[in-house]
Amino acid sequence: MDKSLQTQSIICVACPKGCRLQIQRDGEEVLVSNQGCKRGVEYAIGEMKDPRRMVATTVQIEGARHPLLPVYSAAPFPKARIFELLAKLRSLKVQAPVKEGQIILENALDTGISILASRDMEQ
Amino acid sequence: MKIKKCDVAVIGSGPGGLAAAIAAKQHGAKNVLLIERDREPGGILLQCIHNGFGVEIFKKDLPGPAYAQHFIHEAQSVGVEFLLDTMVLEITREKRIFASNKSEGMLEIQAKAVILAMGCRERTRAQVRLPGARPAGVYTAGTAQRWVNVEGFMPGKKIVILGSGDIGMIMARRLTFEGAKVERVLEIMPYLSGLMRNYVQCLQDFGIPLQMQHTVKRILGNERVEAIETVAVDDHWQEVRGSEEIIPCDTLLLSVGLIPENELSRQVGIHLDPLTAGPFVDNYFQTESEGFFAAGNVVHVYDLVDWVTGAGLRAGESAALYARDCLPMNKKIAVQRGENVHHVIPHYLDMGSLNQREEQLQMRVTKPLEQPVKVQVMNGTEVIASKALPYARPGEMVTISLKDKHIEPLKNAEQLVVQVVKRED
Amino acid sequence: MNKNRNFDFIIIGGGVIGCILARTLSRYTARILLIEKESDIGSGTSAANTAIVHPGYDAVPGSLKAKLNVAANPMWDDLAGELQFAFSRRGDYVVAVGSDELARLDELLERGKLNGVPGMHIVSAEEMRSREPNINPAVSGAIWATSGGICDPFGVTVAAAENAIMNGVAILRETVFEDFLWSGKQIIGVKTNRGDFTGRWVINAAGLFSDAVMHKAGIHPEFSITPRKGEYFVLDRTEFSVNNVLFPVPSEISKGILVTTTVHGNTILGPNAQNIDDKENKENTQSGMDEVFEGARKLVPNIHSRHIIAIFAGLRAGGNAACLTPGSDYKHDFLIEIPGEVQGFVNLGGIESPGLTAAPAIATYVVALLKDVGEDLHERKDWNPIRPARPQFRHLTHAERDALIKKDERYGRVVCRCENVTEGEIVAEIHSPLPALTYDAIKRRTWLGTGRCQGGFDMPRVTEILARELGVSPLEISKKNGASKFLCRPTKEEGDVE
Repeated sequence: MDKSLQTQSIICVACPKGCRLQIQRDGEEVLVSNQGCKRGVEYAIGEMKDPRRMVATTVQIEGARHPLLPVYSAAPFPKARIFELLAKLRSLKVQAPVKEGQIILENALDTGISILASRDMEQ
Repeated sequence: MKIKKCDVAVIGSGPGGLAAAIAAKQHGAKNVLLIERDREPGGILLQCIHNGFGVEIFKKDLPGPAYAQHFIHEAQSVGVEFLLDTMVLEITREKRIFASNKSEGMLEIQAKAVILAMGCRERTRAQVRLPGARPAGVYTAGTAQRWVNVEGFMPGKKIVILGSGDIGMIMARRLTFEGAKVERVLEIMPYLSGLMRNYVQCLQDFGIPLQMQHTVKRILGNERVEAIETVAVDDHWQEVRGSEEIIPCDTLLLSVGLIPENELSRQVGIHLDPLTAGPFVDNYFQTESEGFFAAGNVVHVYDLVDWVTGAGLRAGESAALYARDCLPMNKKIAVQRGENVHHVIPHYLDMGSLNQREEQLQMRVTKPLEQPVKVQVMNGTEVIASKALPYARPGEMVTISLKDKHIEPLKNAEQLVVQVVKRED
Repeated sequence: MNKNRNFDFIIIGGGVIGCILARTLSRYTARILLIEKESDIGSGTSAANTAIVHPGYDAVPGSLKAKLNVAANPMWDDLAGELQFAFSRRGDYVVAVGSDELARLDELLERGKLNGVPGMHIVSAEEMRSREPNINPAVSGAIWATSGGICDPFGVTVAAAENAIMNGVAILRETVFEDFLWSGKQIIGVKTNRGDFTGRWVINAAGLFSDAVMHKAGIHPEFSITPRKGEYFVLDRTEFSVNNVLFPVPSEISKGILVTTTVHGNTILGPNAQNIDDKENKENTQSGMDEVFEGARKLVPNIHSRHIIAIFAGLRAGGNAACLTPGSDYKHDFLIEIPGEVQGFVNLGGIESPGLTAAPAIATYVVALLKDVGEDLHERKDWNPIRPARPQFRHLTHAERDALIKKDERYGRVVCRCENVTEGEIVAEIHSPLPALTYDAIKRRTWLGTGRCQGGFDMPRVTEILARELGVSPLEISKKNGASKFLCRPTKEEGDVE
């Protein structure tokens, strides 16, 4: 990899303000500028080293009023693996009844993050 | 016709209605009836399966259904009576509510206080006067959301979205998750109409192009959408000649604004503010028709559900007090919009309440102010309260609170003006 | 499908003309088939027009248009009573703004007298302002024509079609006329995409396509239909409405842009008039919408764009048939004839405005033409002229609603919140004599999805009900025909996506 500094610009979403952060990366070192506050620095480092997002989708459910059960990740999920997770959940089919917060998929893709039901769904 | 009596009737069980019903019960209303047209309570939250709800109230990032579930459980546990799959058809000034459902036929509900919590509806194609053919495949973002997330069907494969409202951007990501190709999002204004967070996490993350100052010039396709012709617009919303582009697609989703749903309010004769399309309200969320309260997006469109819940709680408390004949009603001060303020809620402030609590004024600014600003509450030339903000944008609600320390300066005020102005410091 | 392929009358085209004609002919002992190329009857001009029953003062004196308009106008009360569709004879106004236009009112009054229109009165500016408080304050005077009315044009068409079916008429939709069957110079039937049908008489009621049909019959090569597009706005009745039918002073080519109330209570604005080439082009255009809006504001200045809840466009079937009255140089008359060149053919062409108004008189005119050429028409003793309307929840009292729901609980579930249309009404239309099989077919019959949210709320629910009642997947449900499906696949399809 090129050893020279790589600069990139990202929009911080730590708060709604949306500061446009300038980031320089030198190996493991992440240099942030133009941040509005220190949360911007944390956000930038997270985005550079291990970007994660909350993931919400649906899985098929049988025996309920609706064909789909909404589910979400219990914690922010590695961004690069979101589509892998979605593919996994696409093949999943659960049975009613389900309670909100119930684990639908434990330790998804060995990330240690579980996928939870977003609501109760009766039979 | 069956007759039911209650202290407080709440119309709509979205976040505003749920909170209102809970609060009404907690503040001593004996029978609280929550009327919902759908088969289950929760309102539009049930189809908003994305995260981002509850950050203010629960300090958690919840999906919509989980946020609703919390309040559904709470409403059940405090003894709110649910009347589901029931459509309110008429409300009279005497607070008689006529509704229909399958199992009971027509119902007449006689309430001491009524809380309007019908939420809002989406602006449609005709309201933005989109030219072209009228094929299948033109949907509001919310309709598509219901199909994809609840009914289990995809409305299309190649999609163009008009409007950078939050639902539009969220649906761009959602459809991408389910394998559709979102060709682009168009926004006629030079700024985002939804939240920056949604731009980053719904569009930028997935490489979905957003074109500012672009709109739909023509919808093509007689049976099903075949393409959309787009065009750039200048700062005066005039089309830029030669900027037209044909984008082949099978679906056009519209995220072009929300309008408070006040058909029933109008029927009662409740005065509506043309700026918000919602009722004129005081800080109790009481409308100008005594005993009729309004909770949540029916008053004005909020940006975060947590604020809707807050408004619902206040409306529910006020309605319970009204039903018990103990809602204090004192001198009211009119609250007017000033510089850069599109509208401010409440329209009237009851002075007496400041003894007990802070009163929050909620507003939307008319245009983005991308520099330090201050929100000021003025009595003539006197600044009663001031709050500094790093910026102000139409997509994000701006608030300022009045407290007991403001009682003295407000004593002789007839009307307050709220403004958002640039900060020089 | 009807197995019988031999008929006495085959009508090409299921617009208001074809359907009222089918119903009129059904009172005689005859086997009748109506074919319609679209997935539903009344899908063309009959579905998108101004919905006016005209008094007849506009039509050129001496024209067939004038004669049939004036003859048909009084027939509407009985027609609406028998077929039980929405009709209101509330009179209409031609409103003059400024002194130049005021002078034109006398011409119109004179023309009305020549045409034999009853009940025309001049109304002063002051009187007009009191009758319609929203009128342009610069109004200079108006004509009040008491015989004017408004109707539900699609409602008439479907009610006539249903009554025809009740009386034995076969109606085949998605059945496209391809050519005639001949025996020498005698037309003996039609070729369609669903095979051949024979008939002693074939009747051209193909509206916009009537020119193509008569050319296939080898007559009137000079006749052509020029589609004339008209664009419209529908206003939210809770936001703004007028109480009357308001015409501007007409121009030579058009009655102008109206502001008019409808039987649904919504005010509509339009139409403009633009000649186009494409008979399928019902696009709204920016310039057309601007023209309509400006035109409407000339009559009613305080209409605001935020009042608009729907836009649509329709095509008038503008013909070029000469008026047959000696001395007339009018070139856009109705063409209604049993031509001498071919046998077994009744030819209708250029039935544009006032075609809707004239429809019942056109039907009796055709019957008279048939009798004139010796067709032996016997009235049936068992003919039933009554088409009972189905319950419309929004028009019932609370007590009536309660009773209806007790009989059929599906009337208790409101599917369209703006127009208060219930599941019971939707199901009734799906299983009616002429089943509603698409979203638009249900929309036009029940008026659901026409309110402020324009179907945003009801569309998924109607799709679900249609799928359930028809025993198909929601993926099969379409807006107006097979090519206009709403949905493309289940959210969770087996296997990979894309």
